[in-house]
Amino acid sequence: MEWLTPAEWQAVALSLRVAFWATLFCLPIGVLTAYALARWAFPGRQALNILVHLPLIMPPVVTGYLLLIAFGPQGGLGAFLKDTLGLTFAFRWTGAALASGVMAFPFMVRAARLSIEAVDPKLEQAAATLGASRAWVFATVTLPMILPGILAGCVLAFAKGMGEFGATITFVSNIPGETQTIPLAIDLALETPGGEGRVMRLALISIVLAAGALALSEWVSRRVATRVGGA
Amino acid sequence: MTLSCHLKHAFPGFTLDTRFEVPDGLTVLYGRSGSGKTTIVNAAAGLLRPDEGRMQVDDWLLFDTMRKAWLPAHQRRVGYIFQEGRLFPHMSVGQNLRYGRWFAPKGATPEPLDRVVEMLGLGPLLHRRPAALSGGEKQRVAIGRALLAAPRMILADEPLSALDDARKSEVLPYFERLRDEVEIPILYVTHSAAEVARLATTVVTLEDGRVTGQGTATEVLGDPSVTPLGARAAGAVIEATIAAHHSDGLTELNAGGAPLFLPALAQPKGSTVRIRIAAHDVILSTAEPNDLSALNILSGTVQDTRSGQGPGAIVSLDTPAGRILARVTRRSATRLGLQTGTRCYAVIKSVALAPEDIGG
Repeated sequence: MEWLTPAEWQAVALSLRVAFWATLFCLPIGVLTAYALARWAFPGRQALNILVHLPLIMPPVVTGYLLLIAFGPQGGLGAFLKDTLGLTFAFRWTGAALASGVMAFPFMVRAARLSIEAVDPKLEQAAATLGASRAWVFATVTLPMILPGILAGCVLAFAKGMGEFGATITFVSNIPGETQTIPLAIDLALETPGGEGRVMRLALISIVLAAGALALSEWVSRRVATRVGGA
Repeated sequence: MTLSCHLKHAFPGFTLDTRFEVPDGLTVLYGRSGSGKTTIVNAAAGLLRPDEGRMQVDDWLLFDTMRKAWLPAHQRRVGYIFQEGRLFPHMSVGQNLRYGRWFAPKGATPEPLDRVVEMLGLGPLLHRRPAALSGGEKQRVAIGRALLAAPRMILADEPLSALDDARKSEVLPYFERLRDEVEIPILYVTHSAAEVARLATTVVTLEDGRVTGQGTATEVLGDPSVTPLGARAAGAVIEATIAAHHSDGLTELNAGGAPLFLPALAQPKGSTVRIRIAAHDVILSTAEPNDLSALNILSGTVQDTRSGQGPGAIVSLDTPAGRILARVTRRSATRLGLQTGTRCYAVIKSVALAPEDIGG
């Protein structure tokens, strides 16, 4: 007997793909947002901070519903993106990635912000006096020093992307092969008579993937930390 | 070359209002902490935007608030040596040294790396990380890093104050070399009279955000009315040439014809040195002292006596070696009848002339 059915494999592959794109989407925007929150004083800073954290504190179903309104077939943004970039989200795996990305965003921002705040602004000043413009200061001083924090943020975002359920099912529904990630497949299996075996296998895979990602990131960030910390 | 600076900046509870113009060389901004010295160098570096003012080196304008001119920090090309070094912890010493070079304009000719490495003795450190360096080594790397960015001016904000005495005397000579070998203006902040005595081409004294004096180290430190750090830190500077190294471990100086003996110096015979004589190390006598253990006795004329609120008085004395200051009690000054024109003798113990107060 096959260990996993093709449909289950499909769910695993889809989950990895969704989590990957969700993390990639979060990374640049999240680091930029974190930098703005940590270093810049601007009107609306507090409002931005709340907005970033909303997906963390709102019921995921609400986030999914808001995404449906904005990016759904009738949504203004959805129609706009379809016309301009040919990008559709509704009931597609891209929508699952978007939902996961939005849900993962606060985790990325929090991790990046903490590490940015730990960088001594005096080092950035020193770099400026040596002739580095703001962008160069960020690239050569700030970024290398916050790398471990950003990696931690990526792992959190990836894990969130693998496990997202509420916003995804609300936004893009549960379509095998398109939007049915591992959690959604588990949910379906639970409601199917005789699906206990499937539930067990998928749960096990979830655990292994999560633990593996965490171990990998610990290893990488320890290596980066010794390089950056310069012992 | 002339550096002109005019600055007004209000902090909560403190207003800086300074104006000075200094010539070539190493200018020391001398005063207590909180007198506004660091504000001036930070404004020069572009790290602090003053409420009002203008700073210029010849025709190179750093900022002018009247004309709304402001050169951003990264375009100023000042080499800033910070109190705490501020080396980049994620880079090796070599990478730290080369950092400014990436951004130096094409036309600029930075000092050759090899020369700076040699001058600062950094060769064995190039592959180390800043975390593995001692305080003195860190500051030497910081000097090199600032120098290699092809700066048009060097700023140093109490670069020795975080170091212990041994490390200080390790790093101080490098600033002397910088002053003598680099042809760009240096602004150096300190509250140490010893550093003023050794390094300053020009001293600008600051008290509570105001300039209270300006001149050469000899002029300013020999002026009893200018004591930015209080009478306790007073001490004049004289210049002398090394006359002989004696076999009993003493070096003999010729200070304006008068001999001075002090513990052996490393400089060769004939070289000129500056010695700071702390006012509290000088004893005055109106009669010619005989049978004293002290080797250095200078005859002179009282130029001025000044007393503050405390029991002490500062007596300034013109001697063949130059102006020196003595800190005595008011009671002694009265008992000896010291007043302008009184002939008297200054007694200085040789061992009181500490090597860290002596520079080339």
